[in-house]
Amino acid sequence: MGKMRTQSAPWRAAAVLASVLLVGGVAACGNSDTGGGGSKDDGKITMGFSQVGAESGWRTANTTSIKESAAAAGIELKFDDAQQKQENQIKAIRNYIQQKVDVIAFSPVVESGWDTVLKEAKDAGIPVILTDRSVDSADKTLYKTFLGSDFVKEGRLAGEWLVEQKKSASGPVNIVELQGNTGAAPANDRKKGFGEAIAANPNLKIIASQPGDFTRAGGKQVMEQFLKAYPKIDVLFAHNDDMGLGALEAITAAGKTPGKDITIITVDAVKDGMQALADGKFNFIAECSPLLGPQLMDLAKKVHEGQEVPARIETEETTFTTEQAKEALPNRKY
Amino acid sequence: MNDAMSRYRAITGHRLFWPAAVLFVMLAANTIYRPGFLSIELKDGHLYGTPIDILRLSAPLILVALGMTLVISTGGIDLSVGSLCAISGAIACMYISKQPDQSSLGVVVTALAMAMGVSLVLGAWNGVLVAVIGIQPIIATLILMVAGRGLAQLITEGQIITINSEPYRAIGLGHALTLPLAIFIALAAALLVAAFTRRTALGMIIESVGGNSMASRLAGIRSGRVIFLAYVISAACAAVAGFMMTANVSSADGNAVGLWVELDAILAVVIGGTSLAGGRFFLSGTIIGALIIQTLTTTVYAMDISPQTSLLFKAVVVIAVCLIQAPAFRARFSRRRRNSPPPAPVADKPKEQVPA
Repeated sequence: MGKMRTQSAPWRAAAVLASVLLVGGVAACGNSDTGGGGSKDDGKITMGFSQVGAESGWRTANTTSIKESAAAAGIELKFDDAQQKQENQIKAIRNYIQQKVDVIAFSPVVESGWDTVLKEAKDAGIPVILTDRSVDSADKTLYKTFLGSDFVKEGRLAGEWLVEQKKSASGPVNIVELQGNTGAAPANDRKKGFGEAIAANPNLKIIASQPGDFTRAGGKQVMEQFLKAYPKIDVLFAHNDDMGLGALEAITAAGKTPGKDITIITVDAVKDGMQALADGKFNFIAECSPLLGPQLMDLAKKVHEGQEVPARIETEETTFTTEQAKEALPNRKY
Repeated sequence: MNDAMSRYRAITGHRLFWPAAVLFVMLAANTIYRPGFLSIELKDGHLYGTPIDILRLSAPLILVALGMTLVISTGGIDLSVGSLCAISGAIACMYISKQPDQSSLGVVVTALAMAMGVSLVLGAWNGVLVAVIGIQPIIATLILMVAGRGLAQLITEGQIITINSEPYRAIGLGHALTLPLAIFIALAAALLVAAFTRRTALGMIIESVGGNSMASRLAGIRSGRVIFLAYVISAACAAVAGFMMTANVSSADGNAVGLWVELDAILAVVIGGTSLAGGRFFLSGTIIGALIIQTLTTTVYAMDISPQTSLLFKAVVVIAVCLIQAPAFRARFSRRRRNSPPPAPVADKPKEQVPA
């Protein structure tokens, strides 16, 4: 290690500067929308939105929905991608406060640690709307409302469908579960809801449950091992479509037919998942809709006018079987 | 007695003994827990079983770790390999997804060539920053580690790109001679790197640069060029690993592909006996290190260790591996047990065997 060649200091400084600019340049692509001045008093609502990141197809659809419906509703949107970091979100929210936006909305990366920055927003008189994920602040006046899915309910719907399907099963039904990231709210809640629902039938038993981190690669690798470790697997419950899609490959490679030999239940209903359902490779999907945009813009207008809104608003969601997927697929936006 | 003792020392003193022993113990523990663990069966003309899985799944890590071994041997480190995997996979999948005939061999070859070209340029960028400009390797490659993920997401436009291409899929899931193709690709890369470094003087030159770059330069070795080359090779290895990871699931996810693989690769290199301070490197040790890491992951799934404890479980095993390998620790341990201080073999070669 050490110096390879004696270099003149300016040369090196220039190189470091160039590298920093490169990083800055790429990073800026993510949040170039946040720049610019504050809200003008032209009657147009300005919303500052801080997104979790771009970790999945679901999230991308969520982002697109918010951007499109903001444009449609005539709301000026300042968008920031936090790249899965809480500190980035806090920074973005502080920026929005300084720019005096009319409404702040964000999907919290994690549940805790928001009190200070939410208090700052409250003191500045800017209403805050939570989307998709909630915060655990004891002071519920720090935000106006929480718009998002009920993850426990998604798990429960998935479990109830299975109980209905296996009503007549006499022997034990072996279930394996692919969890999301350990500790993430959707993973905890979907597991909880599913577990509660299948408790109705003592024959239904979860024999193994491991995290596949919401990714296809993760789902595939875990499923491969499940298939080898447990000779009789009847049902797979995956906490999202992507893990289920990864598991499909593992099941096919093991010489089994997904959807027939192993019943597959997932959550989300993104396009690739719906296609698998329509093809009969999946059996059931509990929807977790990313299309929060229209509801969010509606809420933004209401809180801006000072109207009262309910503290908890659930996204409008449904479930899909193969037949329903075939019908819905042509009109699916994501 | 003395003869047996010295033979025992000769075996346990071999640099590959302890990593191999650890791998053996892990496989044995799995087999005791689940007797079918090591069983392999023939299905549709392909060998099928957990050992095969471990080999196949460790192939990308072996590739990345091979390049990392050379870089670490020069006294550097390459943190950008994970991002490079994501970039190479993203470029290849993006190009294929835009073509009308995704399964045409020409399309796949073009995609691979394009992605490899970009990866080599990025590897050269790392090399220039470290070797020519003299930025510390950890900082120089950190730039691409951070920026590269952004680049991968720009390429995929933040989407997960799904492709349907048989030839591309084969890189991750194809078979040859009843074994997964990925194993052969990793093996070929290992043999290639070994041939280049051990059949020519290149390996020794890399070690000498890592040992003391100034002295090597005074001895007539162009240190800069050697270091530059190491980063380019590392990028090339990462690119192939990226193809494998994305081919494995027929989709490219700019965010998830190769995430944290750089840390696993560094760990594999260290477990294999190469010192982070640079100097001598051991390719075979690195491969065993990569196999240990994959076996560990597989163990967690096979034994269904609960997700909350699995990280702790992995940490404990890794700490044990590192301690067992450290000659200083072993010397102290055996001295206490036998109460006879062994002749310190430790002092002979402290630089090359102190893991982490």
